Amino acid sequence: MEIVDFVEKMAEQFDETDAAVFTPQTKFKELDEWSSLVALSVIAMVDESYKVRLKGVDVRESSTINDLFNIVKARAQ
Amino acid sequence: MSYNPFTLENKTILVTGASSGIGKAVAIECSKLGANVIVCGRNEQRLNETLDSLEGTNHTSRIVDFSTNKEIIPLVESLPNLDGVVHCAGFTHTLPFQFVNEVDLTAIMQVNFVAATMLSQSLVKSKKIGKSSSVVFVSSISGVNVTVLGNAMYSASKGAINGIAKSMALDLAPKGIRVNCVTPGMVNTNILHDELVTKEQLAEDMNKYPLKRYGEPQEVAHGIIYLLSDASKWVTGSNLLIDGGYTLL
Repeated sequence: MEIVDFVEKMAEQFDETDAAVFTPQTKFKELDEWSSLVALSVIAMVDESYKVRLKGVDVRESSTINDLFNIVKARAQ
Repeated sequence: MSYNPFTLENKTILVTGASSGIGKAVAIECSKLGANVIVCGRNEQRLNETLDSLEGTNHTSRIVDFSTNKEIIPLVESLPNLDGVVHCAGFTHTLPFQFVNEVDLTAIMQVNFVAATMLSQSLVKSKKIGKSSSVVFVSSISGVNVTVLGNAMYSASKGAINGIAKSMALDLAPKGIRVNCVTPGMVNTNILHDELVTKEQLAEDMNKYPLKRYGEPQEVAHGIIYLLSDASKWVTGSNLLIDGGYTLL
């Protein structure tokens, strides 16, 4: 799995935020549009695309997109 | 003082989804009120734990998987005549609507709605339930009164249950079979333990309930016992709301 694809998939979970904003260093929970529904969408996206079941705490403990990517990468087969 | 209009003595009650959560609590409470309980579940070990927790001796178990309808007819053929059925088998799968897919939707509708419906149909057709019997569905405020984020598939299955329960109540009234639902708010069961939400989020959610907490499985079971007992013999087609006041707001 590649970080570039992951960043793109993260961006897809947002409707108002410009996709150009998203990089591996983006602190996604600090974006204005971040909400509990977007959090559920991120968890569903990771399950659908990478077959990894994230927990709420994984999202809570991630700051940047790269942090979350590393959790998913470590668990993906 | 032996007066108890909620007694279940001499009643035989089938409880699905009895290996955990609300189903387990229903089985235990029914046994304490004198019922002969038949517990159904998928997991033999957990089902045996429920069976061991029941008061009295006249109880049996059936290992049944409701992810298809294949095991329903053999189950019904193995059953004695029943005075009550409680449909507790069910699960949830949180997905925001844009992630809803046919495989997951079909799976949740099958267990939560189709299997409960076809089991009821088969029991009626085979006359294993008849005069003075009671069917109770565990529905939810989610799908009937309200919903929560990402709960589309579960809400749909519970809304479907409420719809069919009304029709069943009408069609089965001439046979003396009563059909009712309980609609609980959030209850402390394993269904909450998938850790999709953090403890902090759960605490915040509990605060939205006027009674400031989630329900306990026994508190739902006691409403179900009312609907199984002769205390409710003029009650059919109802939804008993057990939600800590959540839907007031």
